[in-house]
Amino acid sequence: MIQDIALFLQTAIIMGTPLLLATVGEILTEKAGHINLGVEGMMMIGAVTGFLVGFATNDPLLAALAAGMSGFLSSQIFAFLTVSLKANQLVAGFVLTIFLTGLANLIGSNYGNATLSSEFTQKIGAVAVPGLSRIPLIGPALFHQSIIVYLGIFIAVSAWVYLNKTRFGLSLKVVGENPSFADDAGIPVAVYQYVHIGIGGFLSGMAGACLTLVIVPRWQETVTAGMGWIAIALVIFATWNPSRAIFGAYLFGALKGLAFKFQGTSIEIGGASLSLPSQILDLFPYIITIAVLIAITLGKRRENQPPRWLGKAYFREER
Amino acid sequence: MAYIQLRNITKKFGSVYANRRICLDIHKGEIHALLGGNGSGKTTLMNILAGRYKYDEGNILIDGRKAVFHSPGDSVKAGIGMIHQHVDLVDSLSVEENILAGTEKGLFPTRKKARGKIKDLAELYDFHVEPEGKVYQLTIGGKQAVEILKVFYRGASVLILDEPTSVLAPIEARALFVNLGKMKENGCAIVLITHKMQEVFDISDRVTVLRKGEAVYTSLTADTGQSMLTEKMVGHAIEGRTEYRAAPRRDIRPLLAVSDVTVHNRFGSAALSGVSLDIRPGEIHGIAGAAGSGQKELCDVIAGIAAADEGRILYNGKDIAHMPIAGRAAKGVRIGYVPEDRMDTGLVGGMCISDNVMLRRIDREKGLFFNEKKARDLALRIIGKYGVDAVDPAQKLKDLSGGNIQKILLGREIEEAPDLLITAYPVRGLDIGATNYIFGLLRERRDSGMAILFVGEDTDVLLELCDRISTLYRGRLTATLDAAGTTKAELGLFMAGGGTGGTR
Amino acid sequence: MITIQKRDSVTRKQGALRQLASIAGALMIGALVIFLSGYNPGTVYIEIIRGSLGSGYSISETVQTVIPLLIMALGVTICFKVKFINIGPEGQFYTGAMAATYFAITWPDLPRGALLALMCASSIAMGGLWCVIPALLKVKVGVNETLVTLMMNYIAIKFVAYLQYGPWKDPSVIGYPVIRQFSQSGILPDALGVHSGWIIAILLLIGMIALLGKTKYGYKITVLGENPNTARYAGYGTAKLLVSATFIGGGLCGIAGFIQASGVENSLNAMLSNGWGFTSIVVAWMGRLKPLPIVAVSVLIAVLIQGCTYLQISMGVPYFMASVIQAIILFFILGSDFFMNYRIVRRQGDKEAEARR
Repeated sequence: MIQDIALFLQTAIIMGTPLLLATVGEILTEKAGHINLGVEGMMMIGAVTGFLVGFATNDPLLAALAAGMSGFLSSQIFAFLTVSLKANQLVAGFVLTIFLTGLANLIGSNYGNATLSSEFTQKIGAVAVPGLSRIPLIGPALFHQSIIVYLGIFIAVSAWVYLNKTRFGLSLKVVGENPSFADDAGIPVAVYQYVHIGIGGFLSGMAGACLTLVIVPRWQETVTAGMGWIAIALVIFATWNPSRAIFGAYLFGALKGLAFKFQGTSIEIGGASLSLPSQILDLFPYIITIAVLIAITLGKRRENQPPRWLGKAYFREER
Repeated sequence: MAYIQLRNITKKFGSVYANRRICLDIHKGEIHALLGGNGSGKTTLMNILAGRYKYDEGNILIDGRKAVFHSPGDSVKAGIGMIHQHVDLVDSLSVEENILAGTEKGLFPTRKKARGKIKDLAELYDFHVEPEGKVYQLTIGGKQAVEILKVFYRGASVLILDEPTSVLAPIEARALFVNLGKMKENGCAIVLITHKMQEVFDISDRVTVLRKGEAVYTSLTADTGQSMLTEKMVGHAIEGRTEYRAAPRRDIRPLLAVSDVTVHNRFGSAALSGVSLDIRPGEIHGIAGAAGSGQKELCDVIAGIAAADEGRILYNGKDIAHMPIAGRAAKGVRIGYVPEDRMDTGLVGGMCISDNVMLRRIDREKGLFFNEKKARDLALRIIGKYGVDAVDPAQKLKDLSGGNIQKILLGREIEEAPDLLITAYPVRGLDIGATNYIFGLLRERRDSGMAILFVGEDTDVLLELCDRISTLYRGRLTATLDAAGTTKAELGLFMAGGGTGGTR
Repeated sequence: MITIQKRDSVTRKQGALRQLASIAGALMIGALVIFLSGYNPGTVYIEIIRGSLGSGYSISETVQTVIPLLIMALGVTICFKVKFINIGPEGQFYTGAMAATYFAITWPDLPRGALLALMCASSIAMGGLWCVIPALLKVKVGVNETLVTLMMNYIAIKFVAYLQYGPWKDPSVIGYPVIRQFSQSGILPDALGVHSGWIIAILLLIGMIALLGKTKYGYKITVLGENPNTARYAGYGTAKLLVSATFIGGGLCGIAGFIQASGVENSLNAMLSNGWGFTSIVVAWMGRLKPLPIVAVSVLIAVLIQGCTYLQISMGVPYFMASVIQAIILFFILGSDFFMNYRIVRRQGDKEAEARR
């Protein structure tokens, strides 16, 4: 039983890691006042780029960076349209997803049967931290994981520090809340928007690669399976706070893991056999997110609200 | 030589001139008042100096050298700081974060030194704000203080304030003026944008009058007078009193009786408290008071847009305080309303004239369909009858001038044949021709028996136009006076909350 | 120095010219992508046209794509008109299809007219409800409708998947789970070689043009969308107007689901929409919330989708080329909007100022 739970936690955390990366990226993007619904697409392009580079070079680091770069470049299309050309952000995000999903599949169409070398999977697969991984229950979950898990936590914590402790973080928050105020304070609004949309793209790209290099690990047409949309939900769930995103990502990762594990079977709760089909588990992230959204709206705590300028274009001479 | 010189500044929005060849000198150690009506281009001009707007022509010289601002940041670097009329900070952040954003150095800045500097500045100007407190917990006055601290923290030596007192309680406004005096002593140059004559004489050393985007007059304040400035503001002296005015009749039963009405704003404090007044058929009843004294709430609550939290509003004896607007016409309640900000409430700028004239009567039309011919006919009638300078009812409203838009709104409301017409600042931003036309129209309606509630800001106009005047001070009614026999000084006293109050 | 200025307004002709220019630009970039993928752009474009409009069959396929795109875009339009940013047509489509399917598989033996009417009515009710829930949350609680409608898409899709894999699974089919095929009564009859959904689409189009442009109701929701303060001032019940408009919008997306399930798939599955619900948002936006331009954009997109499906067969070009070209065109139209609203000018007098420095 204990082993089962440990295995489950381990699965939750690894499943939650791509969600975490993409969510942290989208939080930074939204903190700059832009909502990029292209996350799903950027994960797709990252997934295929990461896989191809990993497949060709056998170098995980290079694969991850290439995946990140592909996400970064894609996000700059969105940035150009919405920051410079002031296009509607929702529409631009959707179109970006259509574009990148198509492009990724176009690029990856011949690699459906390709597999990564065992050398590669060893490099990036789960590593047991000596000693610590033997702690019952949490040992395997926390200390017998792929390096990417630690990277995810590191990035989330860094993002929190960046937002709350650095001067750039402060400026970023001001940009998303009140761009004209930022402009008056001499903060280069457009630069902040481009950069943070870019970071969001980079992390989404890495998140996609996480799937094709570590979790699945193969290229498939539907490899992201809507994770990009869950990431957008997670941003709300985490109330735009990267450290809360860690918890949320693992929770949603656990739901994904459960869906995976209990596919077509039933689980025993209190003696009664309860059938929990995976599709129903798939619903929970979205229902929980709507509940959280209602709760933060009712709660009215200013610190939990969406960035005030979210979704709007900024033009200095019009206010 | 003046510290800042604006030379022939021209700024166009689309094809409209907001500023036209304006020259202005700003000296250190001096308070320069920029006086003008709404839409005269004061704020645009100062937004140019603050780097928010790019100007089309002209030069800005600072200390004799030409300055080019690519962004507001450049203007801040040049030592210029602007306090905008609608204080707009980042509510969810702390006071110090608002002040420090964009100024800090290093990746992980420490706040200790900065906090000390903020505290010193706050002490200098007697502001009671905690650097670590959240901005959303502050009053508007407190937020304005943060804006001022922010500007000085950045080392500004030129301070621009855009109608700073319009959002303040009188006591806060007095404190602000004391501070402006201190800043002047310290060698700052201060520009005060205002449309209130009194403020010019209270505090400024020099005054420039803007009208329709042009600087029409500059003088040392000590060398000029109120009538001179008024004349420059409106173009030519306003018309004298009308020859005939019937004394207000007390015997007539009031059409509308407001009794003990209280309205809370969304923060829960009373925007209008315990106000009682009555309006009779055939009178223009003026409402005087400093901006934000409860005028809007009073109008809205009578017009049915806002609900009264306490009190009754009797219309021919029927209580309408909670009667929805939609059902009013059917119950014989006929109230027209020309709100304060016509493009914000009352009209739809993006729709055409004939659509706008149908706004009020659409629910009374029969059938499912919008009768376009009827709308067009009505629009043409209003255009003809009220002298609107427009040819085609299909013209978008926002493409018309302010005066023509106001005539359409007023015409629509009058064509609905109301018993009571509420008008809030109906001539704001209009030229003298349109102004006189609208005053004439109101008098004519009054003489034909309509009751008119007129919210105004200019005491001369109120005394000239109205039969009786009620004064509001911070949401309370301080007096109701017969216009005949009331002096400006008396009126001003009640508007400032003084006097014994009561009804005469 | 270059500055950006807001434009006064653009004439209809200028607007149309810019749109055409942006489409031309998009086709050129698209040609580049096609070329880089190793195909001849000229041939590909000709094949796209042939594959979508070249024969009776291909035209009927294209029309089948236009139908749901158009109906859902109209549904999105009425929501956007009242400034309700509905990005949930996908979910409203699926709930509508779900309701229709419920009746189709529960009472397969009803007479065709009765069953189809029941399916249609229930799809409107469910699609409408799925849109009214976020509208009520917005009106009563103030919850951001963009995020809620987005989330509700996935709730609907996953629930359909649940039905497909669970309660509604056809036990007689071994292997991949599917929902039972509708009986003949539950299938829209054909008219002129295409399922009769196109007649419904045309009726809805005419209905929407009339509703938005000719009725008192359309007038009032336009006022509400343009200026909510003025709507309140005029005493229109603003909450009621918003909720009713969102019901109509969601209901339209629901009908699209019913038509797709009944007319095309004769069943329901979790891939019924092809993601066209999201595309319809883009269509509504590109069509500037005006019915006739929306028809044009729907046709354009449908031609691309069908043309590229054909390319796959005729030239072996991967189907995904469709999404890529489609997206490039949309990027260009989206970007060209900027030049409608703003213009870039070189400031006078700058040259000398810079020369003097």
